[in-house]
Amino acid sequence: MATIILFAPLIGAILCGFGWRLIGERAGQVITTALVFLAAALSWWIFLTFDGTTQQIVLMRWIESGTMGSEWAIRLDRLTAIMLVVVNSVSALVHLYSFGYMAHDDNWREGEHYKARFFAYLSFFTFSMLMLVTSDNLVQMFFGWEGVGVASYLLIGFYYRKASANAAAMKAFIVNRVGDFGFALGIFALFYLTDSIRFDDVFAAAPALAETNLTFLWGEWNAANLVGVLLFIGAMGKSAQLFLHTWLPDAMEGPTPVSALIHAATMVTAGVFLVCRMSPLYEYAPQALAFITVLGACTAFVAATIGLVQNDIKRVIAYSTMSQLGYMFVAAGVGVYPVAMFHLFTHAFFKAMLFLGAGSVIHATHHEQDMRNYGGLRKQIPLTFWAMLIGTLAITGVGIPLTHYGFAGFLSKDAVIESAWVGSGFAFWLLVVAACFTSFYSWRLMFMTFFGESRAHGAGHGHGHDAHGHDAHGHDDHGHHEPHESPMVMLIPLGVLALGAVFSGMIWYNVFFGEETAVRDWFGMEAVAHGEAHGADHGAVAAVNTEGETVTAEAAPAEGHAAEGHATGVAPKGALLMLPFTPEEQAVVDTRLDAEKAAKAEHAPTTIINAAHLVPTWVKVAPFIAMLIGFAVAWLFYIKDPSLPRRLAQQQRPLYLFLLNKWYFDELYDVIFVRPARWLGGFLWKRGDGAVIDGSINGVALGIIPMLTRLAGRAQSGYLFHYAFAMVLGIVLLVTWMTLFGGAK
Amino acid sequence: MENQLLSIITFLPLVAALILALFMRGDDAAARQGAKWLALFTTSATFVISLFVLFRFDPSNTGFQFVEERQWILGLSYKMGVDGISILFVMLTTFLMPLTIGACWGVETRVKEYMIAFLVLETLMLGVFMALDLVLFYLFFEAGLIPMFLIIGIWGGKDRIYAAFKFFLYTFLGSVLMLVAMIAMYLEAGTTDIVKLLAHDFGHETFSLLGFQVVGGLQTMLFLAFFASFAVKMPMWPVHTWLPDAHVQAPTAGSVVLAAILLKMGGYGFLRFSIPMFPVGSDVMAPLVLWLSAIAIVYTSLVALAQTDMKKLIAYSSVAHMGYVTMGIFAANQQGVDGAIFQMISHGFISGALFLCVGVIYDRMHTREIDAYGGLVNRMPAYALVFMFFTLANVGLPGTSGFVGEFLTLMGIFQVNTWVAAVAATGVILSAAYALWLYRRVVFGDLIKEALKSITDMDRREKAIFAPLIAMTLILGVYPSLVTDIIGPSVSALVTDYHAALPADGAELAMH
Repeated sequence: MATIILFAPLIGAILCGFGWRLIGERAGQVITTALVFLAAALSWWIFLTFDGTTQQIVLMRWIESGTMGSEWAIRLDRLTAIMLVVVNSVSALVHLYSFGYMAHDDNWREGEHYKARFFAYLSFFTFSMLMLVTSDNLVQMFFGWEGVGVASYLLIGFYYRKASANAAAMKAFIVNRVGDFGFALGIFALFYLTDSIRFDDVFAAAPALAETNLTFLWGEWNAANLVGVLLFIGAMGKSAQLFLHTWLPDAMEGPTPVSALIHAATMVTAGVFLVCRMSPLYEYAPQALAFITVLGACTAFVAATIGLVQNDIKRVIAYSTMSQLGYMFVAAGVGVYPVAMFHLFTHAFFKAMLFLGAGSVIHATHHEQDMRNYGGLRKQIPLTFWAMLIGTLAITGVGIPLTHYGFAGFLSKDAVIESAWVGSGFAFWLLVVAACFTSFYSWRLMFMTFFGESRAHGAGHGHGHDAHGHDAHGHDDHGHHEPHESPMVMLIPLGVLALGAVFSGMIWYNVFFGEETAVRDWFGMEAVAHGEAHGADHGAVAAVNTEGETVTAEAAPAEGHAAEGHATGVAPKGALLMLPFTPEEQAVVDTRLDAEKAAKAEHAPTTIINAAHLVPTWVKVAPFIAMLIGFAVAWLFYIKDPSLPRRLAQQQRPLYLFLLNKWYFDELYDVIFVRPARWLGGFLWKRGDGAVIDGSINGVALGIIPMLTRLAGRAQSGYLFHYAFAMVLGIVLLVTWMTLFGGAK
Repeated sequence: MENQLLSIITFLPLVAALILALFMRGDDAAARQGAKWLALFTTSATFVISLFVLFRFDPSNTGFQFVEERQWILGLSYKMGVDGISILFVMLTTFLMPLTIGACWGVETRVKEYMIAFLVLETLMLGVFMALDLVLFYLFFEAGLIPMFLIIGIWGGKDRIYAAFKFFLYTFLGSVLMLVAMIAMYLEAGTTDIVKLLAHDFGHETFSLLGFQVVGGLQTMLFLAFFASFAVKMPMWPVHTWLPDAHVQAPTAGSVVLAAILLKMGGYGFLRFSIPMFPVGSDVMAPLVLWLSAIAIVYTSLVALAQTDMKKLIAYSSVAHMGYVTMGIFAANQQGVDGAIFQMISHGFISGALFLCVGVIYDRMHTREIDAYGGLVNRMPAYALVFMFFTLANVGLPGTSGFVGEFLTLMGIFQVNTWVAAVAATGVILSAAYALWLYRRVVFGDLIKEALKSITDMDRREKAIFAPLIAMTLILGVYPSLVTDIIGPSVSALVTDYHAALPADGAELAMH
């Protein structure tokens, strides 16, 4: 069944992409959509019936060389099951939505076919993404990783006549390649260290890696940490983390359904998935995890600050995505991978919905994306408004404090923040501030778009997009300046995603972030004997201690090796690995918890999940309060006193420009990478190849250039044969001489 | 027949060339068509016969197979054979030649001679990969220059004479040194039989020469002499500058053969001679070769970024890709060498196809200037698709054959030298930059230029030429075992022997 899920989108992409001339564009669209819906239905079935036992299905051999072996294979465990649902559900809804959104598009001329291509790309993307999440080894993952990169490149550049779209597409691919560079080196290092790139072998060797040193470039590094960081560089590229994030906002050049599917719900979360997938390695790489935490927190904060002042509706949501990805990385970084997956899961619903909602707004306003030209749309497009409102309530984290009732984001984001408090105070504070900013920019978006007076006409903005979007209304000539509600094919996906945005948090809270036993069961992880482990002698070496705690009957051989440096091991069972705290960590954690709660707790706070449940009450309420502040300020700025933002921007002009220009990352990279590379290319070509190499080899060493020029001036093709003949003669002479010379011996 | 299969494959094209030369008269349209069809038929037949060799080839046997040996003039012996390392180069050649002939269908000047040149060239290239005698090898290797020299010099572009001579001088000068080395080898081992030479233990005691300590002794000297020839052929930085000029001036079909097959002779030479015959010399010089490779990858990728001529850009990209090959070979482990051979095969398809892509629009517009194009996708959707496919393959997208070679060579080198690996791996970023930028400027955007308004998409012949290349690129990308199963055992033997031949202290050198 997993095989069907995997290949249905590929078949759809091929049929639609190559066969639409035969079967018609419409049929191509229907086929791709139907196949992805099939995949989505099967994914849900797997997700709901999955028992937690890892399954592996080998399809075919792939790259083999000496001891390096890899297969095309499917690994089915809880992580995969979650991702299957996320990818296929969002993809199916986006396919459906695209029927409406792409029906008419004035980037294309009359009679041009673009829909089949669009749907084929979407399905191809879905296939690549599925390859990524189902892979059983790092190389296949890399296949999916680059495959989604190509799909993203093609879709961002979908409007290939637009120079800005082409530039954005290239930027996305190249920046991602920078990440892939790190990812690839990580794979090579793992192969060098463990002689395998299959997950099971790598995971089994992870404890040993923690005690291995590797010479890499200028230094000696702890192998586990080094590999962890290298792989994370890949994740930074794909998930738009700080320093490798500049492509994501530009990627908004793509059609909006693409933004929803690729640049919000699925592809950009691949990095988070990677870190969770490699959790058995990361658990032995504490410094790599610390790096992830810090970078994730900084990303969440920086992206949120930029989001405060953007005016393009899609860019606001793009920065919001980047910020939320930072949250997920913080969760992974502090070792609470289920929460990272939880936020990934809920975020997919509400962020896809926000994007599709934004798409609906854009569709309604004839491709207007500047929020300054919106206003008062609530009455004209009420259904879109309600959908966006639900999305906003979800992302800002509205719920009833100290209970488990609330929108999806309330449960998952608060889980991240509570865990962050346990793992890193730094990350906690950045995330809380970011939560406040999130609330502000989300409500700012809502207020500017749906409330107040319409600013559409006052702006005098040319609405030359008349041809667009009238499929649902027929080509009526009147009223095309009036915003209009989107057709049902676009509203239904919004409705379905709204269900997810409201309920997905509450329904699955328990298995992602509930009682530890529930979480472990769900992910198929082995139970940890808390009582003994916690009471055990803390004087033992940390690594040995942790190893001992996770040992089960099956993994018993590993115990014997623990003291000798973990020469061999057995891959941990289940989709994730979460080790209990080491004694040093435990000491720090204990000081952060609410002592009263900890004393009464049923489970001792020896693991991050248990500890996160015992944080002080003020920590639990903090994000809620931050959210309220953000809302209040947004209300003040955009409803109560709309002139306030402008005055503030003028007062704090440098800061405003700094944020508006996205911390000047693009400008900085242009100066330190792009321009030097191009200059150097030209320099090496003209000076290096031309002057130095040709100059010295031809000119100085042989004095041949002038001769060549003379020859070139004179030579006729007739002469050429003479030269050729001379060459033959030369060879014959040489060989003869050699033969005679040899014969003489 | 069985034991003469290799000779038949090798000389069938030559026979056809002779028929053309002796019996084909006149230069009317019918004669031209006849010459083309004869060439196409012969090269196709050669390919079909070579398939027999492939199917009967036993990969688990790491020795030479289908060996033929007979006495020849002047007491020299004629000896041919293939092993796991050479067989795929033979296949690559026979596979690509019919496509190459198909690509020169539009040529109308001196058609007969043109066909003769390609047919002779095929014979000589095949001979290089099969020859098991030093003198025979040298003959094929050097004589191969001549048809290529003529193809560039007669059917080439505006500055063809300059390019042809540059090509000739670079490659020929390297060859002279190789010849001297071959004579020295004969004096030392008393035979020109490559099989015996492979078993011969060349001296590697350090001696001093003009005050220099030559570590690795005779082996290092021999290595350097061969290196001079192979490095130019590859071509390696900094002796690569003949290649862009040669490519730019060569006709499309000439570029295809040059990039896809002729460049592989250098890599093949390293694997046939340098590594197995002079292991100590190779080991001594490996750090230098590795760094030259890494520099080549970065340097030529940057230079490619600055090009304004499509063919030059792809030529520089070729040099970068050959950097992975030399790097993989001198990593001297299974992944590295497997990857290097794979990369050579794969590059044969991909670079060949890219030059064909340039040829398609050059035939229509008669310019290679990137700025003369833009927005081709609007009128040439099929072309856009094919060009995109090979652009991505060139960038090393997983799922295409381009990925496997790059990945394995980098994996191989990482085990030997992480600095070289890291520097070389930046090539994956730079290649994406230059390749996508080229594509964007030529294919994407709106079609504004007046001259392009009536450009036509690929016709059937052009599509038929690309189809097998696309198929091979995909098949090898998805199921690379087709290649690695054949080369694996021979490479394994090569690598094992290589490391066994190194003295204990030499092994240390190899580590860093």
